[in-house]
Amino acid sequence: MRAGILRSPSPLPGFGLSFGIMMTVLSIVVLLPIGALLGRGLMIGPADLWDMVNSRRIWSALTLSFRAALIASLFNLVFGLLLAWVLVRYRFWGRRFVDAAVDLPFALPTAVAGIALTALYAPNGVFGQALAPFGLQVAYTEVGIWVALVFIGLPFVVRTVQPVIEELEPDLEEVSATLGARRTHTLRRVILPTLTPALLTGFALALARSVGEYGSVIFIAGNIPNLTEIAPLLIVIRLEEYNYDAAAAIGIAMLVVSFAMLLAINAIQVWSRRRIGNV
Amino acid sequence: MYHTIRIGGHSLAQGTFLRSLDDGRIEIDAGHARLSGHPVTPLHPSDAGRLRGALRKTLTGAYLRSGILTAVAAIGLTLTGTATLKAQDNVAILNVSYDPTREFYREYNTLFNAWWAAQGNAPVAVQQSHGGAGAQARAVIDGLPATVVTLALSADIDTISERTGLLPADWQTRLPHNSSPYTSTIVFLVREGNPRGIQDWDDLVADGVQVITPNPKTSGGARWNFLAAWAYAGRNGLDPAQFVGTLYRNVPVLDTGARGSTTTFTQRGVGDVLLAWENEAFLALASLGEDKFDIVVPSVSILAESPVALVDGNITSDAQRAAAEAYLQHLYSPEAQALATRHYYRAWDTSQAAAEDIARFPELELVTIADFGGWPVVQTEYFGEGGIFDQIYEE
Repeated sequence: MRAGILRSPSPLPGFGLSFGIMMTVLSIVVLLPIGALLGRGLMIGPADLWDMVNSRRIWSALTLSFRAALIASLFNLVFGLLLAWVLVRYRFWGRRFVDAAVDLPFALPTAVAGIALTALYAPNGVFGQALAPFGLQVAYTEVGIWVALVFIGLPFVVRTVQPVIEELEPDLEEVSATLGARRTHTLRRVILPTLTPALLTGFALALARSVGEYGSVIFIAGNIPNLTEIAPLLIVIRLEEYNYDAAAAIGIAMLVVSFAMLLAINAIQVWSRRRIGNV
Repeated sequence: MYHTIRIGGHSLAQGTFLRSLDDGRIEIDAGHARLSGHPVTPLHPSDAGRLRGALRKTLTGAYLRSGILTAVAAIGLTLTGTATLKAQDNVAILNVSYDPTREFYREYNTLFNAWWAAQGNAPVAVQQSHGGAGAQARAVIDGLPATVVTLALSADIDTISERTGLLPADWQTRLPHNSSPYTSTIVFLVREGNPRGIQDWDDLVADGVQVITPNPKTSGGARWNFLAAWAYAGRNGLDPAQFVGTLYRNVPVLDTGARGSTTTFTQRGVGDVLLAWENEAFLALASLGEDKFDIVVPSVSILAESPVALVDGNITSDAQRAAAEAYLQHLYSPEAQALATRHYYRAWDTSQAAAEDIARFPELELVTIADFGGWPVVQTEYFGEGGIFDQIYEE
């Protein structure tokens, strides 16, 4: 068995070379930085790590970061599905333009996005002025953080769900209709189950991206400790104090929670695949 | 015979050999100071040697000490290593500064180069880097090859000195006026006509008044704001901690830098009063219109010294040292002082400044950082982790 680890598991040629390159790149790009972070955590020791993380301000920041990411990603889950559906199933004037615009949040520097959203939603901005009579304030509140995270997370859901909808046979829906199913029934029992794995992947990607987002959020959040201060900003503040250990501690806390969440999403995915078969 | 040594992990210094130390380091005379460090190559450092050294350090795990950050710094070092080598033909200096000095240094660099050329020197390429003072100091510590630093507080430069040894601990005594060619103070910027009737610090703690100031953790300017408020409370028989705590509870947006707060107040229309550097306040008036904002001068404020220093350890050649030293000294010349005055800084020598520029500065009582016991004390007690500022938000 042990000698067989690097033996080609498939008759396809080139396993050794491609596996080697893959592992090297993965190590340099992903595993090394995360390993360095965890290594630092090991040097500090679990008890000290816990002490550094266990304060009201850090808990508020962590809860805020994960809560806002969750809310924004749930919104993107619904709205991204709708957007992808419209883009695939309907032909309308300007469709290609909308299709291209979906990728903009990927391309735009996040700081630009943050400043633009702040300018729009600030009390003297276009949206801010429109919302003010209703007593709604978006910029410099938690809602502002949601708005920024919705903006940066949307393409993840759209771009993962879109190809799956394209593969979806309209025949299936027609069959469902001829068998007497109502539209909502078809949607619930035919379409959504097929899309679930892709939706979950998109949701997980958007969530992972939003949890760590810094650039756009600091402009639109008020950055008030315990209220609108996100965990990544606390990391930056700890770095400003040259307290690399405390910064690493918050980083590790975020890593652990994110990992647990992604693991849970993966488990749901495996379960849903098993339930509806592999699509 | 010149030797090159490595100081503080990220930088090199050159000078004549003085003696060998027991631990393998050598001491050199770098012109103005004696520095010690590990020799890089026996004789002249070559491009390859320097890059190899950087690479070797990265690979041997010497950098693991500060974990993830040093990986970034090491890449930066490798890149900057090549950059400085290319720049050796014509002298280049990198001025790492803080946010509000952008406009001043843009003009000063032209002024300096004209004067420098008139002295018969080859022109100097001055590169500028601006950002929050704390972040800039950290960038220098992590390997940004600053030739000179011109930051918001001496504490920032103290930290560079402590953590890297790139400049001696007594750097502040090397130039006149605590190495601060210009100073400023903290004033209030309010909306036109001062609708909330804000006159002094005690008006900032009233219910419903919104105060805009950056986070003292990330912004040098914000620390001066904090201390000025503290000084007011102390002088008026109020409990300073309580007074400043109430003030910060009136802050709806805590930006990371002084420029960010100015933008929030002036462009986004948030808040009733902005605690600002005097020069930022004047600049906001000049660039956004005098009919939009008013400056209110409180009864007491703080003398904000923004010091400058040569980063000895990052100097790569004698020509660069000469240019960088002249660059800093020329800040004290009457022309440069007049320029600083025009850019709303309080300069020392106003002999060539325009009368209307001088007339702008009102007289007010200024406390100094020495009244608080100096930056080393203030930094830990007030702004360190778990310090007075942190306690405001822990309640």
